[in-house]
Amino acid sequence: MRNNRSRLAMAGGLLSLALVATACSGGFGGNAGNGGGGGGGDSGSGSTNDGGGTSGVTIDVIAVNLPAQEDLVAMTAEHFTPATGITVNFTLLPENDVRAKITQEFSSQAGVYDVATLSNYEIPFYADNGWVVPIDDYLAQDSDFEPEDMLPSMMASMTGSDGKTYGMPFEGQSSFTMYRKSVFDELGLTMPSNPTWDEVAELAATIDEQTDMDGICLRGLPGWGQQLAPLNTVINTFGGTWFDENWDAQLTSPETVEAVEFYVNLIQEHGEPGAAQAGFVECLNRFMQGDAAIWVDATNAGGPVEAADSPIAGDIGYAQSPVKLTDASGWLWTWAWGIQAASTEQDAAWQFVSWASSREYEELIAEKYDWSRVPYGKRQSTFDNPAFQEGAPFYEAAMEAITSVDAENPGVQPRPYPGVQFVGIPEFISLGTTVSEYIASAIAGSTSVQEALEAAQVAAQEVGDKYKNK
Amino acid sequence: MSAFTMTTGRGSPRRSPRGAARRSVVTGVAAWVAALVFVAPILWMVLTALHSETDAASNPPAIFAPLTLDGFRAFFGGSGISPWPPLLNSLTASVLSVLLVLVLAFPAAFALSIRPVEKWRDVMFFFLTTKMLPIVAALLPLYLFAKTVGALDNIFMLAVFYTVMNIPIAVWMLQSFLTEVPRELMEAAQLDGARVLTILRRVILPVASPGIAATALICFIFSWNDLLFARVLTGTIANTAPVFLTGFVSSQGLFLATVSAGALAVSLPVIAVGVAAQDRLVQGLTFGAVK
Repeated sequence: MRNNRSRLAMAGGLLSLALVATACSGGFGGNAGNGGGGGGGDSGSGSTNDGGGTSGVTIDVIAVNLPAQEDLVAMTAEHFTPATGITVNFTLLPENDVRAKITQEFSSQAGVYDVATLSNYEIPFYADNGWVVPIDDYLAQDSDFEPEDMLPSMMASMTGSDGKTYGMPFEGQSSFTMYRKSVFDELGLTMPSNPTWDEVAELAATIDEQTDMDGICLRGLPGWGQQLAPLNTVINTFGGTWFDENWDAQLTSPETVEAVEFYVNLIQEHGEPGAAQAGFVECLNRFMQGDAAIWVDATNAGGPVEAADSPIAGDIGYAQSPVKLTDASGWLWTWAWGIQAASTEQDAAWQFVSWASSREYEELIAEKYDWSRVPYGKRQSTFDNPAFQEGAPFYEAAMEAITSVDAENPGVQPRPYPGVQFVGIPEFISLGTTVSEYIASAIAGSTSVQEALEAAQVAAQEVGDKYKNK
Repeated sequence: MSAFTMTTGRGSPRRSPRGAARRSVVTGVAAWVAALVFVAPILWMVLTALHSETDAASNPPAIFAPLTLDGFRAFFGGSGISPWPPLLNSLTASVLSVLLVLVLAFPAAFALSIRPVEKWRDVMFFFLTTKMLPIVAALLPLYLFAKTVGALDNIFMLAVFYTVMNIPIAVWMLQSFLTEVPRELMEAAQLDGARVLTILRRVILPVASPGIAATALICFIFSWNDLLFARVLTGTIANTAPVFLTGFVSSQGLFLATVSAGALAVSLPVIAVGVAAQDRLVQGLTFGAVK
């Protein structure tokens, strides 16, 4: 009996070992991942293939799952892979998830992904940590790419502290004011092309009183990339800041308090109901369904509101982001590409990046869909293109907003960090999210702005103290 | 899952409630209400999956909006990425880990019930303690381990992790099922000259098969539904269906119908297995393995 038992145990053990041993490299992703776009390298028509032995190579790309990046997946299988022989596998995840995954991947230099969507928030400190490779050499060699066409404000946000370029913008955005022309005409109102916040608040109040619509929609949803993006532009133009030059937190300074009180009051009095849960998507829906007359948000909202299936297409006026003490207050954001330092296929990765950020790619999108769907905001030539100007009525306001941003000095005082609508330090993800939660409870009315900011000030000063000693 | 902890000891035969309680209207109504409460979110998901994105997002909800299959179309290739590789990955990892779990846990359970080793209670407790550490606490070491051995984004590595994750549960379940196999049956077989392997095959397996089926299904569901491990340890090649599903949640557009359709499609295999094994499962999950 005993003998039999141990034999049985051994057989079981061996079987499991055999099963584990079959664990070679595995999974069913691979080529099938991009919807059957065959990876055959017919480099005959390869205009983007500059001959370095990259045909037949596979690269892995992790990207945020926004519409422009989703278009890119299909276009890559359709155009890029047949032309270059480079197979591209994509992972698309929601913004917060993708950010967590990219941080994990790049901080450990795991080398699973070759390319990731990084923003101007991440690029500077990713660069200083040595997680992404500089692309200056590629830019110098690749004459087809026309780097001089890229908008200077965008490229400036892609540099590390050593002055090298570490990222390539795919789409760029600022913020601006959108309003319903028919509503303004009916009530005899006019939106100045460079409005002040006081003017916008007054317009919102009038519309709120005289129609069923909300006067304005502004983001209240907690999250450093949600509520804090527009709110920080308000803080900047009201004369506030997160930190002064000595890394002393300024969230309870009179200017910051005034700005946040203005923002919270405006939402509570003339904004959307349930504002503490409303982010970009909710405001987009309310604006498109005629529930809100004014919307101050990202310039890339212009695409969906002017799209063919939008019920309000053609009825939207565009003005600059409202100001108070500064000349402009729009934010600066770009989803860009970064190539991981641990990547073994950096040449192929650059070929992909340079194709995705090229003029050629924008034209392919315009051809297949229309110009309002193009990932714009990175190249001057797009704004100068008459076809784009016609297909994207928001182009003029968007161009002015993007080009008038001063990302180093967006407020009235010097500050020790880069960024308009964010504080360009790694700690801001958690600090910003915490602070936005305090402010959301002020928006929901369960606490006062003053109390929320006092709690926020404590959290911010803890982070500031770390930098004081550096 | 508190059912796992119900029987631990020497398997004192539990009294069958059959016939004891008279069916009353009250319990009938209560059962239906409870069933409705549990099934309502799923029905809502089905309905949402069959609506257009705009109807799915409307508030108040548009219950009687026209039905469409757009959500399913978007899930099965609308975004340009096919869902089949992730689904196949999920299937590979789940099936493989269930096989491994059974192969490893059955002998362990055997040694803890039918022929208990010394201090078998301590062994059982040891198995339980491995579940007391939150999985997330083990995640970073596992990630670094997988990275060092070059097994990131590898579905077989994931299957091994799922196996490790499920073995304690499987041992506990199988142990309680095997404990309930009547001694008399085995003794009778022994008297007839049957050896351990024969007893296992001809006596224990048939009697304990509902329990084994229930254990296998529970382990399958845990592996199939896992998001945490899969999201951290896989990339483009070995990503599983739940990870793929999260990719439809967007911060710039409507996604409720597509995600509902996807969630439905991803749960179907588990539901199918459950329905196919329904009789044995009910036996097994109610711990009435041997009655």
